[in-house]
Amino acid sequence: MALEPCTEVPATNIKKSNTDLSVLKERGQREVFCGLTGIVWLHRKMQDAFFLVVGSRTCAHLIQSAAGVMIFAEPRFGTAILGERDLAGLADANEELDRVVDQLLERRPDIGTLFLVGSCPSEVIKLDLAKAAERLNHRFFPKVRILNYSGSGIETTFTQGEDACLGSMVPVLPHSQDEPSLMVVGSLADVVEDQFQRLFDKLGIGPVYFFPPRRAAQLPPIGKGTKLLLAQPFLSDTVRSLISRGATLLPSPYPFGIEGTTAWLKTAADAWNIDHERFEEAIAPQVNRAKIALERYRQALTGRKAFLFPDSQLEIPLARFLSRECGMELVEVGTPYIDRLLMDTEINLLPVGTALSEGQDVEKQLDRCREARPDITVCGLGLANPLEAEGMATKWSIELVFSPIHGYDQAADLAELFARPLERRRRLTV
Amino acid sequence: MELTLWTYEGPPHVGAMRIATGMEGVHYVLHAPQGDTYADLLFTMIERRDRRPPVTYTTFQARDLGGDTAEMVKTSVRDAYERFKPQVMLVGESCTAELIQDQPGSLAKGMKLPIPIVSLELPAYSKKENWGASETLYHLVRTLLLPLVPPPNTHKPKREAHIRPKANIIGPTALGFRCRDDIREVIKLLAEIGVDVNVVAPMGATPDDLLRIPDADFNICLYPEIALTTCNWLQRSFGQPTIKTVPIGVGATRDFIAEIGKVVEIDVSEALKRSQSDTLGNWDVSRLSSANNPNASRLPWYSRSVDSTYLTGKRVFIFGDATHALAAARIATEELGFTLVGIGTYSREFAREVREVAKKHGLEAVISDDYLAVEAKVAEAAPELVLGTQMERHIAKRLGIPCAVISAPIHVQDVPARYSPQMGWEGANVIFDSWVHPLMMGLEEHLIGMFREDFEFAEGHMSHLHTAPSQDSRRESLVTEQAIAATGSSNQAVLTPVAQAVAQTVDGITWSVDGEAELKKIPFFVRGKIKRNTEKFASDHGISTITLETLYEAKAAIGK
Repeated sequence: MALEPCTEVPATNIKKSNTDLSVLKERGQREVFCGLTGIVWLHRKMQDAFFLVVGSRTCAHLIQSAAGVMIFAEPRFGTAILGERDLAGLADANEELDRVVDQLLERRPDIGTLFLVGSCPSEVIKLDLAKAAERLNHRFFPKVRILNYSGSGIETTFTQGEDACLGSMVPVLPHSQDEPSLMVVGSLADVVEDQFQRLFDKLGIGPVYFFPPRRAAQLPPIGKGTKLLLAQPFLSDTVRSLISRGATLLPSPYPFGIEGTTAWLKTAADAWNIDHERFEEAIAPQVNRAKIALERYRQALTGRKAFLFPDSQLEIPLARFLSRECGMELVEVGTPYIDRLLMDTEINLLPVGTALSEGQDVEKQLDRCREARPDITVCGLGLANPLEAEGMATKWSIELVFSPIHGYDQAADLAELFARPLERRRRLTV
Repeated sequence: MELTLWTYEGPPHVGAMRIATGMEGVHYVLHAPQGDTYADLLFTMIERRDRRPPVTYTTFQARDLGGDTAEMVKTSVRDAYERFKPQVMLVGESCTAELIQDQPGSLAKGMKLPIPIVSLELPAYSKKENWGASETLYHLVRTLLLPLVPPPNTHKPKREAHIRPKANIIGPTALGFRCRDDIREVIKLLAEIGVDVNVVAPMGATPDDLLRIPDADFNICLYPEIALTTCNWLQRSFGQPTIKTVPIGVGATRDFIAEIGKVVEIDVSEALKRSQSDTLGNWDVSRLSSANNPNASRLPWYSRSVDSTYLTGKRVFIFGDATHALAAARIATEELGFTLVGIGTYSREFAREVREVAKKHGLEAVISDDYLAVEAKVAEAAPELVLGTQMERHIAKRLGIPCAVISAPIHVQDVPARYSPQMGWEGANVIFDSWVHPLMMGLEEHLIGMFREDFEFAEGHMSHLHTAPSQDSRRESLVTEQAIAATGSSNQAVLTPVAQAVAQTVDGITWSVDGEAELKKIPFFVRGKIKRNTEKFASDHGISTITLETLYEAKAAIGK
């Protein structure tokens, strides 16, 4: 298949810098989750929300498998499985959807926000979920707000599901009276959110809103005074919608590792004109603590070679952390797509000449990986065991999406995730 | 449209993957968008397989839909052929590709590759995983063997008496329940009665092996959900009889041996006799000294041992694929002395058989793939043990009931490292252990009954079940959990039917202080049942307040 760009990049956003490095753009079989899987962490994050996938049996099976079938409580997601009858005519499908939503809301009166999530089949048959949401809102709002987005695998990969989900909330965010505020965009573990909140308080930055909120019903306000600081690097559409509602983006590296976290906080501090001394004083205890914790793993990782398969779009910031703070050598950094608006600050920090690849032809990429024999390969679950069987140490990337890895106090934890497979190999004698 | 939270089966193309992944030399080109590659990790993670499934996905995107997705199919088929050099290629589509109607099978066939192409048409919106596996195996076998089918009325030469009969074992797949170990156990059983194994398929077979299927005298339909269609076709086309008994449990294993004896006219009486005599102990020194001596199961003896007395009449609820559910019903009732209080399956194709068994036990079978419906039935039946799938493990956890897994769908913990078949004599041993262990051991339960005043055995003492809260405390935490979910308001309507079934008190009946105090003295694991029985007794006798006396009157009238 021909190599072609996987993402349309608005030309105006491309800066000339280190980012001139050539990117290998591949098209072929992709070993990446689709956007539906974002539900698996979003439903834990926003506990008053329910995610109803309108899709096929495959979609139901997919999120069930991705969730590991291990959730103790009843999941806050489900699937309206399309059957043959639904494919026959659209009017029918709409009535069916209303019936399923009635059934669901009856079973779960605790639902405050219901996301109708589009899938590949519902996109292909052009089932209009926006219209369905509008229709259902007429019946259920304000008790239940119904929103819609697409997590389909023909349009989104893995973490783009969160982008689409947050994007669907942007139009209903309340208008703030344009007073200055900081909005941290991208879902974070609650514990990390609290850490950041304490740091912002110490710096005197505020009010701070986190988006998504812990409860979908408590939407943060937005207006001309809102400054956006991204906690996750995969929120292209959300950011653009937020900007169109008047907010300003504070471009920054992402808060992975000590360097990334400092740069990220500094970006906010500068926007709030916090003076240098106060900033240094505020972060010093945590930076020192993080340095001590990180050192142990840095020693284990330094000089080792890493190969990153595309998965979550966290790859570039992670690669920056691994190379600059852990001393690792980057063989290849694969990512599903590159949005220069959100990634330039990170790409600028990568070592000159880093092999970046966008998109995937998994067989060819596996060939390159085998050829390079990296010390550690970061990849999805479908590839991890087969690569282990070939004698390669792997770090499955899904843990990087689910674990708290942002901020100072998690910098060492993040490094530990990469050091652990190596340590394990060192210990095993059989 | 159908609302689901968990599903028992994946789509039919996952069934096809189970066939392809079990085999060698087969490659499957699947016309599908990128998200469908999730299926790979079912095999690499749940089964810890050391190789990716032999599947190439076309990975089309929205932008391709206006263009030439058919060309992507051809490119993928060509690349997959060149890279993997399979002996046979399966070509099919997933649910989304079905909608864009590229007909990948025909496209691939038109490419004139020098290998057989099996075109799979698996309607994703009306069929499911096991059906997909069954069809895939059937079409694969049929494609390869059709040229070898003898003309009608061809006389099949009779096997000479001195030649050992040969069997094919049909049905074990990737991601099946304990298939890996069952195969070994069945081969051992066959060796014991003098039957050789010709081909095991699909697990471990190559296309060349499939071509040798007609050489066998008969076929063993080991997993009917997967194998029956193929076995029926082989019977029609090659005159190979099908062994339909599935050897799960001691009785079924005996029947299995007897059926083979009858079908291929060999003497199996020795093996059957051995399996009987061994039930008395298996302590014979000559047996212990010889590792080669064929074994019978210990289940019959263990089941007769005094320690097992407490198993008598344990109320068990069974749900799974039809094969395992039917086998479990027989073992539970005939070999362990349990009482069946519910049985069901998600395998609609075998609903009739399951209904018949249910009827025999005075029950109505649950034929459903609706997880929520199954959950409601389990709660209603209030069993003491649930035998089910990974989904029933969820249900049982939630209700605080012990559970053992007997059928797919499974999780990684159901693919143990140790040898743990379900079939044959050893399978029966494994089943005895794995079903009985979740229950409290006999003596311990008796002691709790006898020393129920002892503070060590007070409320919440759960023995092996220490991780699972008692039904009462579980109900409370469920209520709390749900209340938190309901924005802090303790909305009773949030309670699921499950919790209601546990909490329910017959209308208008109250418990007196002494009655309730006495009820609390009853060990928690039977308390729910006694509470319900007593309330029913009160209701039947027009008693509105249950006193200590009512409790004992009810006990006398109803029994334990």
